[in-house]
Amino acid sequence: MTAFFQTHLGYGFGWFLATLILILIIALPLMLAVAMAIYADRKIWAAMALRRGPNVVGPFGLLQSFADGLKVFLQETIIPSSANRGLFLLAPIITFTIALIGWAVIPFGPDMALADINVGLLYTLAASSLGVYGVILAGWASNSKYPFYSAIRAAAQMVSYEVSIGFILISVVLWAGSFNLGTIVLAQKGEIFGIINGFGFNPLLFPMAVMFLISAMAETARAPFDLTEAESELVAGYQTEYSSMAFALFWLGEYGNVLLMCALNATLFWGGWLPPIDWAPLYYVPGIIWLFIKISAFFFVFSWVKATVPRYRYDQLMRLGWKIFLPVSLFWVFLVSGFLMLTRYGAGA
Amino acid sequence: MVDLSQYLPILLFLGVAIVLSTAFVVLPMVAAQFTGANKPNPDKLAEYECGFPAFEDSRAQFDVRFYLVAILFIIFDLEAAFLYPWAVSLKEIGWTGWLAMMTFLAELVLGFVYAWKKGALEWE
Repeated sequence: MTAFFQTHLGYGFGWFLATLILILIIALPLMLAVAMAIYADRKIWAAMALRRGPNVVGPFGLLQSFADGLKVFLQETIIPSSANRGLFLLAPIITFTIALIGWAVIPFGPDMALADINVGLLYTLAASSLGVYGVILAGWASNSKYPFYSAIRAAAQMVSYEVSIGFILISVVLWAGSFNLGTIVLAQKGEIFGIINGFGFNPLLFPMAVMFLISAMAETARAPFDLTEAESELVAGYQTEYSSMAFALFWLGEYGNVLLMCALNATLFWGGWLPPIDWAPLYYVPGIIWLFIKISAFFFVFSWVKATVPRYRYDQLMRLGWKIFLPVSLFWVFLVSGFLMLTRYGAGA
Repeated sequence: MVDLSQYLPILLFLGVAIVLSTAFVVLPMVAAQFTGANKPNPDKLAEYECGFPAFEDSRAQFDVRFYLVAILFIIFDLEAAFLYPWAVSLKEIGWTGWLAMMTFLAELVLGFVYAWKKGALEWE
């Protein structure tokens, strides 16, 4: 596509237009996916509680998220008189921007990443750790008690689980020998007996896959770790003072982050766009379909956990992060690197 | 040599994302002016408190343990940052590099055990 535009519009402008279209091809379906994810979440949650969930707007209630969006769009934006106006409005912008840009390096198929950079994994880690700024700015700028407490809690929680996510990712990087997400996906081809694709099927890396899934829930402040918006103690958390689309952007950002974490789970441990079994006919199905199926499966797990697991207490959350995940993931770096030295690299040294 | 041009799409994506999210915040505010939804009054603009006027500054003292967590985070995140280049070059640096990093990790584990014993990780 880039070549086509470049022959007609000149090199620089052709590239610009082609890249812009590619970005919109990622960003717009992502926003549609977020709307559908919110709908799916409500439906799954309702089904597990033997309720019906949204079923009035459109067929099966499919248009519910769009109706909510329109309603929110037409509402008044309330900025509390004691809030810092600039920072107050900046916070949702940051949250949503960060939720979008993480997708720039996710490979949707062979050579189908917007930016195929060699430190892709480091980039996603950096992008997801910036998310804490939106939350803490929202809580502080609101100048209100509950948002402030929620923001401090959220910052400490996200930061704690980022440490263990960092060490878990090192195990993956060690095993794949690369930071490039496309290379990591290809390295998973035929991981077990040459026929099963995915690091997660490897007994040595499976515990890391489980820990990454749980850490991803804590990092995105999803139930059972949704202490930042624990409604029984903190009203609505850092979003308490927000209204209209500024409020909705936090929701969109949160679901965008959840989907990004599902995509990362799929990409890092379960073969990304590769089919689960390395069997030629399965490669006729486009890679993006496999990735989509895997992301949906992980999103279902996120929903399922939200519907069934009671919320953690804050001290339990911190204990899990610092006293269990951190030592275990640190030990796994030692284990994986030692195993690699003995089997793969050490022989020649 | 790093080819910086491969980061250009990311810069463009960042621009698009900022424009999109800014539009989402600003457009409803503009729309509310025209639809008449924008009707502020002092009670509505007051900060939220459970049904009575707030009586103390919300940016008050908070627990020092949150601060402690932030400091510990910096130590361990830097440690992880050291591990990244090591992880991709393990093949080249061999046993020497592996042993050097394990020594470094062992020293950090000592620090971690100290923080644990001192009670820096306790949230009763």
